[in-house]
Amino acid sequence: MISLNLGITQSKNKPLVVVAELDDVARIYKMGDTEVRALDGVSVKFSSSEYWSIMGASGSGKSTLLNILGCIDTPTSGAYRVEGKDTKSLDDDSLSDLRGSSIGFIFQSFNLIPQLNVLENILVPTFYRNEESELSIARAEELARRVGLEERLLHRPTELSGGQQQRVAIARALMNDPQIILADEATGNLDSHTTEEILELFSELHDEGKTILLVTHELDVGKRAQNILTLRDGKIESITEGNG
Amino acid sequence: MLSSPFSRSVRLGVKSLFLHKLRSLLTTFGVLFGVSSVISMLAIGEGASEEAQEQIRQLGSQNVILRSLKPEEDPTSSQTTSATKYGLTWPDFERVAGTFPGVEGVVPIRNFTQEVRFEDKVLSNAMTMGTTAEYQDVTGRILHRGRFLGPIDDIKRNNVCVVGYEVARYFFPGREPLGQTIKIGPEYFEVIGVILPRVPIGASATSNAASVTVEIFIPIQTGISWFGSMNVKMNSGSRNIEMVDLHEVIASVKNAETVAQVAAASRTMLAREHPQNDYEVIVPLELLARAEETKRIFNIVLGCIASISLLVGGIGIMNVMLATVNERTREIGIRRALGAKRHHIMMQFLVETVVLSVGGGILGIGLGVLVPYLVEHYADMRTIVTLQAPFLAFGISVTIGLVFGLYPAWQAANLDPVEALRHE
Repeated sequence: MISLNLGITQSKNKPLVVVAELDDVARIYKMGDTEVRALDGVSVKFSSSEYWSIMGASGSGKSTLLNILGCIDTPTSGAYRVEGKDTKSLDDDSLSDLRGSSIGFIFQSFNLIPQLNVLENILVPTFYRNEESELSIARAEELARRVGLEERLLHRPTELSGGQQQRVAIARALMNDPQIILADEATGNLDSHTTEEILELFSELHDEGKTILLVTHELDVGKRAQNILTLRDGKIESITEGNG
Repeated sequence: MLSSPFSRSVRLGVKSLFLHKLRSLLTTFGVLFGVSSVISMLAIGEGASEEAQEQIRQLGSQNVILRSLKPEEDPTSSQTTSATKYGLTWPDFERVAGTFPGVEGVVPIRNFTQEVRFEDKVLSNAMTMGTTAEYQDVTGRILHRGRFLGPIDDIKRNNVCVVGYEVARYFFPGREPLGQTIKIGPEYFEVIGVILPRVPIGASATSNAASVTVEIFIPIQTGISWFGSMNVKMNSGSRNIEMVDLHEVIASVKNAETVAQVAAASRTMLAREHPQNDYEVIVPLELLARAEETKRIFNIVLGCIASISLLVGGIGIMNVMLATVNERTREIGIRRALGAKRHHIMMQFLVETVVLSVGGGILGIGLGVLVPYLVEHYADMRTIVTLQAPFLAFGISVTIGLVFGLYPAWQAANLDPVEALRHE
């Protein structure tokens, strides 16, 4: 139902390249005198064209892992490498660059910027890179068409349904053509029909060679991935195969 | 549609501000009133100072003016007829003319209160001034036509007069004034010249406001021989007789440096000769210096008031921007997640603050130009809006935006992205 013809055509059969790698990662928060080990010795490699879901009960360290994977937080110990770069050695600006170029965020509550219209929301990631705006606009329009919102370019987020907002967010995540798509409970606020549409989109992106990391607590959703990583008390409990 | 990053920031900044139209509008008011008060106060101050300086210059910056003052009347005497003799005397005039070093010319002036008529037209309160030929040189007055009084007119006590421009217009509309004969008191005088008006100064401005435009000059000796040295004033039943030799003596000094000496000598001499204190010494150069000083103080006071209002405006903007940053914490987190660096966030909020304050500044320039216009129109005060004022105001509002936007923007830029994204 959603047409698919964007020029990212990586084949599934290409050799796998490690795009993100957690190496004995620990994240410790200090709450007064007590230490909270939100993550403890997590090691895992994510390769191109892989579709992972990250599951676990609340308090299992999912959010902390997501923050580290998204480069908005860094490990207390251990290393997290994105495309070969150790995030711990990067300064704030370089982390921003890395987020902008390599990671596409999709959030549970869509997180569109309310005062901007659909087109401008899709364009936001380009604001922070010195790119030619003419090309950016063409690409943004193309992405809007891909997620089926080419008729709504000048609408405000508040004028859209939840599913439509999430599709804008997906277009925004794709704007800088990042390798990793990081989705945090992306379907948590959507009905089952819309959830299906969004998961369909993820599968398509996966087919095109993106690395999809889907954080969820819904088993049905998690099973759509190739690999299911389950966290428990900050440690990896299991890595199992999904249906993807 | 989207051009340079800067114009995009401004455009998107304006868009964010338009999301809260009333709040943004109210926020700009502080700067609006600050800027408009700067401009209008500058304009009013500049106008007042210009006017004062012009009046002083008209008195002649190298002149020292001695003037007769009527002493305080004794309030206990309720006589219906009173006679007072006061003021400058001919010996005073001789002393100034003969003994003061550096004095180039001295002009005596004596006022006569007489009714002036031409045909059926009457000027009942005209100021007829007896003076000498030097008057024109010393005061720098400009003739419209004809000639001024000559030395011979005084010696021969000719019945000639020079009339003010307005007098000529009133008496002889559409007619040649030269050669006409007007009646001053009981005597007839031939009009030999028409003199252009000047703006009056200081205290005499109000009391003589009417007579400024109805001035008539006659040779002083002619005047004295016809009208004597007594002026009779009728005031609600009582008769005041004033005896004054000279109402004014104007001494022109060779150069500006000696003005102070001549002024000091005049004061010393008059203090000795006139213990009843029936004189004043006006030194335009001193007035000029005082006007400059007054203007300086005025500017300092205005500057302080304007600074305070701008400071208050700036604080208002900062307050609103701090609230905005708090309100948009989540947006900041989103932008950071999408690749925004700290300086991008900083710039975004700085631009919004500057847009707010410049918006207020531009409205303020409009109001600040309007107010002097209204003051000029309704309060009849001269105002001067200098070309620099709007630029100054614009600069001020940009600066306010930058200064008071810095802290909120810094706060926004330094939010932890993890915390910001979690913010509800």
